[in-house]
Amino acid sequence: MPELAEIIEVVLLQNYNTRLVVLSTTLLGVAAGLIGSFLLLRKRSLMGDALSHATLPGVAIAFAIMVTLGGTGKSLPGLLLGATISGVAGLFTMLLIRNTTRLRDDVAMGFVLSVFFGIGVASLQMVQSLPGASAAGLESFIYGKTASMVQSDFLLIAVVAGIASLVSILFLKEFLLLCFDDAYAAAQGWPTFFLDVLLLGLVTAVTVIGLQAVGLILIIAFLITPATAARFWTQRLLPMMLLSAAIGGVSGWLGASISALTPNLPAGAVIVLVAASLFLLSMLFAPPRGVIPRLFRQYRLRRKVDRQHFLRAAYEILEEEQGQGDVSNTPFPRPALQSKRSWSVRELRSILKIAKREDHLEPAGPGMLRLSESGFGEAARVTRNHRLWETYLIYYADIAPSHVDRDADLVEHILGPELVHELEEFLEKESVTTPVPPSPHPVS
Amino acid sequence: MNQLFKRLSPAGDAAGEDLSFHPDDAPLAIHDLTVAYHRKPVLWDVDLDIPDGKLVGVVGPNGAGKSTLIKACLDLIPRASGEIGIYGKPYREQRHLVAYVPQRESVDWDFPVSALDVVAMGAYRRLGWFRRVTKEESEKARDCLDQVGIGHLADRQISQLSGGQQQRVFLARALMQDAELYLMDEPFAAVDAATEEAIVSLLRTLSEKGKTCLVVHHDLATVTTYFDWLVLLNMRVVASGPSETTFTRENLQKTYGGKLSLLEKAAEALKHTVD
Repeated sequence: MPELAEIIEVVLLQNYNTRLVVLSTTLLGVAAGLIGSFLLLRKRSLMGDALSHATLPGVAIAFAIMVTLGGTGKSLPGLLLGATISGVAGLFTMLLIRNTTRLRDDVAMGFVLSVFFGIGVASLQMVQSLPGASAAGLESFIYGKTASMVQSDFLLIAVVAGIASLVSILFLKEFLLLCFDDAYAAAQGWPTFFLDVLLLGLVTAVTVIGLQAVGLILIIAFLITPATAARFWTQRLLPMMLLSAAIGGVSGWLGASISALTPNLPAGAVIVLVAASLFLLSMLFAPPRGVIPRLFRQYRLRRKVDRQHFLRAAYEILEEEQGQGDVSNTPFPRPALQSKRSWSVRELRSILKIAKREDHLEPAGPGMLRLSESGFGEAARVTRNHRLWETYLIYYADIAPSHVDRDADLVEHILGPELVHELEEFLEKESVTTPVPPSPHPVS
Repeated sequence: MNQLFKRLSPAGDAAGEDLSFHPDDAPLAIHDLTVAYHRKPVLWDVDLDIPDGKLVGVVGPNGAGKSTLIKACLDLIPRASGEIGIYGKPYREQRHLVAYVPQRESVDWDFPVSALDVVAMGAYRRLGWFRRVTKEESEKARDCLDQVGIGHLADRQISQLSGGQQQRVFLARALMQDAELYLMDEPFAAVDAATEEAIVSLLRTLSEKGKTCLVVHHDLATVTTYFDWLVLLNMRVVASGPSETTFTRENLQKTYGGKLSLLEKAAEALKHTVD
């Protein structure tokens, strides 16, 4: 276990050995978050995956060429240039397969992904047996490794990440149109092919500069996960992109730091795991689209429905006892309520408990129930809404009276004051008269 | 040559009678258009001249090539042969005059944009590269949403709109373009009554302003009340002309006739020989 002082040193970028690596993965994360948003919205995630796998042969071949020319073969810019060239070759192979055959996109992508990766693995083995070359470390391009980095390497990554981010912001409007409605974009005269190529070019750039730290297998997760996580929090593009950039940046920063502190953990895996944790948190807790807030909203609606059912049942019992028209709030026996709806004993007990807590019920002796003043007012209002809606359905929506109760049940709970008012006006204008309890406005 | 084609094709009869009509300046003039998907022709020798300021309904059975016709006009799909003139010039020179309303299902509505954002896309061409949507354009987009009756939903995310409201967003985006010719692909498909009414009144307004609308439609019951010019399409133009004279039992039989038309059989045969 690393000591606290060491942890703080790495995380706050004070450690000279890890500073450049952590900074570069943070910048990489920002760029990946921005460009990944478009990749996700363009529904091209798989294409990005194929692209990153296609970079491996380039790494191996570039190494071999550099060794033959008499170097160590470990120059990062040289290796990344090779990766770029073979990544682009992979893309063109995909396009070629798609445009000349009738194979579907996923077949073309799967083909390029596996074949190029296969060539890459084979050629890595081959270059390792080159005389005088030490290819050790090239495997880090597959899984990612926070090796210490020289300043020029860092500058290369920082500049590319910066330019890619700027371009993605500059073309925000054009990419938005392309991702949302490419046919409309084309009809408007936008060069959709060029825009697609540009977008994939940005993806290539991020992939290539992320090869060393994240590795080619996991880089696609680094592109897609922050954007997917950000999507849970917002319904607008720009906030989504900024949030995605932030999530990507934090993942890169924390992931590389953790990996630097624990020598046996590959950086790519840790970075992706941090991003995945943020994704999981977003999926569970983000208010607009998260799972738990949605369950909570459903639970609240169900409780509201239960409460309104209870109040209407109580009001109808009083009506049956006293005749329709002028109903007053009197105690009524509990079994009457049970027979009103198909509640189980347990359900009814919990409904009554909630009603007591909400001050809709008053003590009324054993076996008896009595609505409170506010409960009675609310019951009159709920019943009224139900009947207004029922009447509307029968007379104007042509729904059979036998079905109306159920349909009214579904909608009445969400009728707002304006809609109720509209219903009242409408039914009054059409002079429909049905027994509707008087409006309990004083209460509400 | 065109005259010859007109006399040969049924489409020519109705259009030829109108002597004040100059096809060269027509909003849309199609000559000898053939379009094929994977070598199987879907539109076959289409000749069509749409007069100015008309509300044109395009009807025909499924697979008749109605959407294809619109896409071909917009250069969205390659054509095997033929020429299409928009006010006398090729489409690429006349883009600013044409607004396109695609089918609603053609996009993913769970997209992180608001209704207003989508409508503003109608101004992107005017704005050009890199320029953000200006305040004036944003106001104009709001105005276009008002015109289709959903101004109050401007800031709503588009997945939270009903199908009809989504369709109206697309119409507002087309309005945003200030075009002369409107090409609409099934705007009435699966919309509520209020939306249908809103679209019809919008079409009337556009027509009163002298704009031309070409609308793919599927409901034969309403086609004569909504449109004053009809194109009956089934891989070729069966008939084209004023609604009253074109909407005849005979023409409909020719368009919707149950048996495989000879053209369709030929198309199938062609497909199999090339494969």
